[in-house]
Amino acid sequence: MAQDLAGIQGRQLTPDPAHSAQGRRARPGLWSLLAFPGIAWLCLFFLAPLYVVLAIVFGSVDPIYRTPVPVWNPLHWNASQFTYVTDRIFGSNAIFGPALLRTAAYVAVASLVCITIAFPVAYYVARLAGRRRGMLLALLIAPFWISYMMRMLAWVNLLADDGLVNKALSLDGLFSVHTEWLSGKATVVVLGLVYGYVPYMILPLYAGLDRLPQSALEAARDLGANRVSAFVRVVLPMCRTTIVASALLTCLPMLGDYYTNDLLSGSPRTAMVGNLINETVLTPGETGSAGAFVMIVLVVSLVPMLYYVRSTRKNELVAT
Amino acid sequence: MTRSPLAWWRDPWRRPKVLIGVTAAYLVWSLLPVLIAVLFSFNNGKSRTSWQGFSMRWYWGDQTRSVWHDASLHAALVQTLKLGLITTAITVPLGVAFAIGMDRWRGRLPETANVVMLLSFVIPETLLAVALLFVITTIAVPFSLGTTAQVIGLVTFQLSYPAVLVRARLATIGRQYEEAAMDLGASPIGAVRRIILPMLMPAIFASTVLVFADVIDDFVLVRYLSGDSSTETTSVKIYNTARAAPTPALNALATLMLAAALLAVVIGFAAYRLLTRSDTASADRGIGAFAGEV
Repeated sequence: MAQDLAGIQGRQLTPDPAHSAQGRRARPGLWSLLAFPGIAWLCLFFLAPLYVVLAIVFGSVDPIYRTPVPVWNPLHWNASQFTYVTDRIFGSNAIFGPALLRTAAYVAVASLVCITIAFPVAYYVARLAGRRRGMLLALLIAPFWISYMMRMLAWVNLLADDGLVNKALSLDGLFSVHTEWLSGKATVVVLGLVYGYVPYMILPLYAGLDRLPQSALEAARDLGANRVSAFVRVVLPMCRTTIVASALLTCLPMLGDYYTNDLLSGSPRTAMVGNLINETVLTPGETGSAGAFVMIVLVVSLVPMLYYVRSTRKNELVAT
Repeated sequence: MTRSPLAWWRDPWRRPKVLIGVTAAYLVWSLLPVLIAVLFSFNNGKSRTSWQGFSMRWYWGDQTRSVWHDASLHAALVQTLKLGLITTAITVPLGVAFAIGMDRWRGRLPETANVVMLLSFVIPETLLAVALLFVITTIAVPFSLGTTAQVIGLVTFQLSYPAVLVRARLATIGRQYEEAAMDLGASPIGAVRRIILPMLMPAIFASTVLVFADVIDDFVLVRYLSGDSSTETTSVKIYNTARAAPTPALNALATLMLAAALLAVVIGFAAYRLLTRSDTASADRGIGAFAGEV
């Protein structure tokens, strides 16, 4: 905290470079010129495509070829494709409803399990590992460099009907165990999500816990707090932002995930909204539905996304 | 020495046994399955679950189904590396220029662009992929599905890595070196080229390795924007065949990708240490700073 305060004060004491003599010599034109290609790229290939999704969802469908016809003018938008989807989520014919509920439940459970695993691991490696810290950190980072598909393939091998898990459970043929792990088991899908995304949570947590000043913890213990209350009243409040940000970094990609489900279950009983997107996106005539699902996920994730952006920018301000 | 459990609990210097246990269990759980998959890529038989002896059969020994001889696996490997190189070559300069510009240029527009850049970092990848797929399939754009589309999508998704890393580095460098250079007569462009860019090298380097390693692992964008099977990468290959009677050649393919990513990271990390050897501006030269931890 003290360091952060010093950082903020230092920032206020130094004159703003833009108004100093040196700053005035640098033309703002140069900086905008450097930033321009990146800005243009993001507008063309990030913002514009999102508008195209809107134009398709609220556009019409070619009556003969069943291809989507985007409508560019928002005044002429037609909500029929969007209501088609919302009717099937909330209405009487709620075939999409269960998948959305399932997505929420799976993502919530998987994130909770992720935090339960990631927090102790990050805490130990960041604060207590001592000499072994570098090596442990390298091992924690390793899953980042192993492709997601490879890690899922590893579990497909292990959980196959004749895989090592069933072999181990049957004590090498002593009992007959024929659990079909890979056909529609919710637990397997949730554990697959946890396995896939927990590294993305450990690393930001590690960074946050690493920055936590040891002196604050020692002060709490000196002033009579026991282990538990020092943790609850000092550590947790000080890294609340980090916990929320790292939870978001794991939740958001899970919302669009369909491949974990496809590889570890492949059954409609465990389908998530990502699977709905994946199944409708290439079906002729259903492109609008896919767009509607994309819009729903985007709207749901917009608030956490903006929260993440805000917390990162606050950190940036403190850091500079 | 025996102590009561209460004394053990109160000892502030005791070893954190529970945390050590959790960490060890986590590491085994996260790495062992992958190691087993790597091991079975060297299996002499067709099974991916029972060990039948060591061989390099699935790498090049088998005349039809090994990675070396099966044209489709071979092509997937080439396409993956191709996408990795092209995307990195475009993303890094674009992102570095963007970051330097954004760091110095004050105003409403760069603030907004920064928010958009961070949004592109956290948007669920599937959403971006579907949006780009819609663009290409419904509008007359001058490129079609395939390598070009894949590169465009990947660059968009990866742009934030160099941008975020370089901005963090610019914040630690501060303005004084650049101002000194300009006091000594350098032009703003000269100061950027001769002072800022060399000092940014570690961040540029780290983001190059990060982007490359991330691109060769990408699945969602690459699959939606691939068009046909000739531009499918290893991730897509694994996805397509993992549940449909695969041979250990699939494990061999995945192992090769793993080796490529690890090699890039190890070389990258060694070079990063070399670059920051005499560096006082970056406090942490550990592997954490290198893993995109900002």
